Amino acid sequence: MSEFLFLYRSTIDSGRPSADESQKRMQAWMNWLKELGEKGHIKNTGQPLDVTGKVVRNHGKTITDGPFAEAKEVVLGYTLVEARDLAQAAELSKGCPILQGDGVVEVRPVMGM
Amino acid sequence: MEPEDHLFRRESGRIVAALTRVFGVHNLALAEDVVQDAFCRALEVWKFRGMPENPSAWLMTTAKRRALDVLRRERTAREFGPELSRWIDSEWTLVPMLDEMLGPAAVKDDLLRMMFSCCQPRLPEEAQVALVLNILCGFSVDEIAAAFLATAAAIEKRIGRAKKVLAGSKALFDLNAGDVAARLDAVYRALYLLFNEGFHGASSEGAVRAELCHEALRLARALLEHPATATPVTHALCALMCLDAARLPARLNAAGELTSLFDQDRSRWDARLITEGLAHLEQSASGSVLSEYHVEAAIASYHATARRADETDWGQIVGLYDMLLTLRPSPVVALNRAIAVGQHRGPEAGLAAIRAIQDSARLERYPFYAAALGEMELRCGRASAACEHFRCALELARNPAERRYLDLKIADCGAFGGDVMIPPRRIVVET
Repeated sequence: MSEFLFLYRSTIDSGRPSADESQKRMQAWMNWLKELGEKGHIKNTGQPLDVTGKVVRNHGKTITDGPFAEAKEVVLGYTLVEARDLAQAAELSKGCPILQGDGVVEVRPVMGM
Repeated sequence: MEPEDHLFRRESGRIVAALTRVFGVHNLALAEDVVQDAFCRALEVWKFRGMPENPSAWLMTTAKRRALDVLRRERTAREFGPELSRWIDSEWTLVPMLDEMLGPAAVKDDLLRMMFSCCQPRLPEEAQVALVLNILCGFSVDEIAAAFLATAAAIEKRIGRAKKVLAGSKALFDLNAGDVAARLDAVYRALYLLFNEGFHGASSEGAVRAELCHEALRLARALLEHPATATPVTHALCALMCLDAARLPARLNAAGELTSLFDQDRSRWDARLITEGLAHLEQSASGSVLSEYHVEAAIASYHATARRADETDWGQIVGLYDMLLTLRPSPVVALNRAIAVGQHRGPEAGLAAIRAIQDSARLERYPFYAAALGEMELRCGRASAACEHFRCALELARNPAERRYLDLKIADCGAFGGDVMIPPRRIVVET
């Protein structure tokens, strides 16, 4: 088994989902992560990331508020999964609810030895 | 832990109401933004870490933190709620005051106070209902538009205007004020309309309609939690909603077709709701007020307790409709009475009762007026006349389920190939 990092990327959602929509979206995520866990693919569920932040550049001389406003897609969270190979990891990511909207899942192999 | 159904929807109304007391009604939009923010945070955090032990408290705490940020940032620029104004300038008083105002004891009444504020008599009733759905039930504009078969733009406008009127008063309605009784009638009416929109409305989607009924029932039950609003009439309204809502699961048959009260599989009626409804009906029988809700609840109880359609006590139901007509004269009530007469004394008497309805012009666009005429004619053995009426009804049908229902009726007329007496069946049309 190898490890892969799922990076969830999406544009910052400016829409206002209704209470029920929010709940449905949450439920979809919980179900998906639970299913992955039950199949033994989750190494670490990961964390959500706040969309605020700082970007440090230029030997630390330039510190700006996150480039998120201009960035097309922002990393909103991550999960560490275990899979046989990259193909299986990509297959597993297909059920991610972020794909229902305009988000993407970036599947990156964690480098081994 | 799994989130219970509609957790966010229920919490939305509660937290918006509590924050509105803090911010002032004129800052309702700000309260809604804070709640939206808390929900987004919950969505992001919970999906990775799972549900917290007490999700309601988690949401309220998150909203409170955000509210504190807003108050600190804008306390010089904005005027907030009257209850907060004295405490807002100093951190010493701001934080404890906010803890107190958003604590469980204080928040308990806020939902009701917001409900009373939304049912402001200067607003048209349809606007009151839209406000209740939007603010107290967390329905988006799109969801309300779907439920009322209206455009999102029209609903947006209706809610926008209504919120401007609300903003005219800084404080939420005071439940200890003398005019609770007067405003309570408007609240009943709005909840009743909300329920009816779900029960008889035009929206074709069964799920949407059941949700409206259940939201109305949830809010009506909330009225029972405060001594000023837990009246016999409130029990009557709850009884009516429980007993009618109990039939919702049986209104569409296995094939997804609209099914009349007569053909419904009564084993699919919700026994728990029937029990609750009958208990409310019993508790409603005190005091000196006999409201229209009492009478409607009594009618619903006769249906709910009849094991089979032909065991229904139609004589009692006709009498109750007579009473309802004096309390709330309306052509729709008169039509329902005429249908009951048709059951009790036969289709010719039913037809005569339909023809005797005053203001029947107001029923012209209502598909079940023509459908009721069709039913009576069919039972009288005049299939071709019946067919004409069903065709008229079909023209007016508001959704695919109604059209399918009427198509089947028209097929029934043809099946008898002319004017012959056919056995009585499927008479009461329940949409």
